[in-house]
Amino acid sequence: MTIDRSGTPLVEMRDMVKSFGGIHAVDHVTVNLYPGEVVGILGHNGAGKSVLMKMLSGAIQRDAGEIIVKGQSAQINNPRDARRYRIETIYQYLALADNLDAAANLFLGRELVTPLGLVDDAQMEAETRKIMKRLNPNFRRYTAPVKALSGGQRQSVAIARAVYFNAEILIMDEPTAALGVEETRMVAELIDELKRQGIGIFLIDHDIHQVKALCDRASVMKNGQLVGTVDVHRATEDDLLGMIIAGKNPEHLAA
Amino acid sequence: MSDATSTGAGPRPRRGFLAALEIDTRLLGMIGAFFVICLVFNVWTEGRFLTPRNIFNLTIQTVSVAIMATGMVFVIVTRHIDLSVGALLATCSAVMAMTQTEILPNALGLGFGHPLIPWVTILAGIATGVIIGAFHGYLIGYLAIPAFIVTLGGLLVWRNVAWFLTRGQTIGPLDETFQTLGGINGTLGETGSWILGGLAALAAIWGLWSVRRNKVRHEFPVKPVWAEVTLAAIVVAAILGFVATLNAYEIPERRLAQMFEARGEVMPEGLTVGYGVPFSVLLLIAIATAMTIVAQKTRLGRYIFAAGGNPDAAELSGIDTRLLTVKVFAIVGALCALSAVVASARLTFHSNDIGTLDELRVIAAAVIGGTALAGGVGTIYGAILGALIMQSLQSGMAMVGVDAPYQNIVVGVVLVVAVLVDIIYRRRTGDRI
Repeated sequence: MTIDRSGTPLVEMRDMVKSFGGIHAVDHVTVNLYPGEVVGILGHNGAGKSVLMKMLSGAIQRDAGEIIVKGQSAQINNPRDARRYRIETIYQYLALADNLDAAANLFLGRELVTPLGLVDDAQMEAETRKIMKRLNPNFRRYTAPVKALSGGQRQSVAIARAVYFNAEILIMDEPTAALGVEETRMVAELIDELKRQGIGIFLIDHDIHQVKALCDRASVMKNGQLVGTVDVHRATEDDLLGMIIAGKNPEHLAA
Repeated sequence: MSDATSTGAGPRPRRGFLAALEIDTRLLGMIGAFFVICLVFNVWTEGRFLTPRNIFNLTIQTVSVAIMATGMVFVIVTRHIDLSVGALLATCSAVMAMTQTEILPNALGLGFGHPLIPWVTILAGIATGVIIGAFHGYLIGYLAIPAFIVTLGGLLVWRNVAWFLTRGQTIGPLDETFQTLGGINGTLGETGSWILGGLAALAAIWGLWSVRRNKVRHEFPVKPVWAEVTLAAIVVAAILGFVATLNAYEIPERRLAQMFEARGEVMPEGLTVGYGVPFSVLLLIAIATAMTIVAQKTRLGRYIFAAGGNPDAAELSGIDTRLLTVKVFAIVGALCALSAVVASARLTFHSNDIGTLDELRVIAAAVIGGTALAGGVGTIYGAILGALIMQSLQSGMAMVGVDAPYQNIVVGVVLVVAVLVDIIYRRRTGDRI
């Protein structure tokens, strides 16, 4: 599948800067994302990729730089703001309240209510069943707290949350790090499905194989700075490793 | 999951009687423990424990701690603790005692016995509780001081603010209408209690029915009809049995004669009148219902449990967890004030040591009732049952003449054992804390 990059990007983060104390966690980094595209954000631990993405999801406020969503400058100061721009985040470990069931997690912060203002659990469960039937037909444990679910089932709840609220920009933070082979394959299929719907995905990942399999482009960071952005289909694994480890930017692969 | 798919097409798998009723087995265990305690003491006291009189007393003794325990559930669910509830109760009680015996009758010149006094007093008490509670919540939520420290400080501060307000004196007698909220001095009477019991039974049946109707509407699995009927029958029997017991405790003849005399009437020969449901118990039922609705059916409750289960997830979902902390502690403050009404009205005066050590009883009630200190798990009815279990143990031991130090040893051991049993239970059912 080829990505049309002639129009306006879905989102562009321009010259983003964030420091903690004297440390430049993110140092003038620019990345962008087009509809239906998966852009990998790569780098060692502490390279600044999570901080960069948290500025987009509203969990961290930027020091400088501009976020442009569909050509319009966006003010994102907290997670609620990000949601208004249809930006959703899927965290590996932070996403779900373990003691609540799938429906309560899916609607957390955006509960459906009855005319009396009470939470409408039955309606939320019905909606959850509908979307899970589409995303993960094997899902059955609607009334159990999510801590009783497997890693893959939990991840499908987190993804369902993003899909249900019509995310256009999705940030996935190592979505398969804690999953088995079969579950990883399921998440990969889900990502393909989301791409077909024209959703843009930033994928933070450590696994080079995974990046080769899922991403269209990759932006590599080192010590808070952008090494470069390359076309993953043309770059070899060695090219990517060279960027991550040595900070070498293969100019001929730029994308 | 593979099991579910293989049996999905065939007939439903046979389930046990209890599984079909879908009653929480933890709740069942606690009710069982409660019954065992009652039976043991009943045998030990040669039948004096399970008399209407003792059950009536047990009920009104439990109310004050139970009211605060419902709020403590929210605090512990959000991974905090409140060590100041007993001291806060004392301050609210002192404020209310001064309001009804000094400020309103003398300073504002309403005079004693003015019909507005009890209600203005209660409002003043609740306002005090909410303000202090919200202040605790602000220190914990916004300034990030651990709840343990804030409320430990609060314990010392408010206990002695209460002292300061009353100069350490006992203040009383309290307003007569106010006193009716204490227990034995204000009850619904037999007819009123039966009407209440009938309404409660109807409400319970309607509740069960509407849950089922809602499930059917969304085509979710429902319990078999016989299970619903059995459950409804048990609930109705429990409600009406409770009312019948409280009605069976008769007002002593001499007291009844005095009541008739006060109204200028003559008591008919051989008349017996039962007490019925005390107003304080009515207050507890109202609070328990409201708190259960908040916990299960409102966004506030949903966020309390979400923040307890995973504070980061709650924050990332756009929940303002700091404001949530303020709200939770403000609720506890309001409940401390209501407990103070019941506790001081039961004594008929404000005493300087009112509510001493209540923080420990309240925390113990919540924990025995299944609230996990790790956060995210707890029920309102569990906390009330926990309070009832503690009170039964204490009064039972007092009745059989166990010395005070032994009583406290037993209660302490029971608390630790209850939590151990709970941990083992959760491990067995695969429910990690």
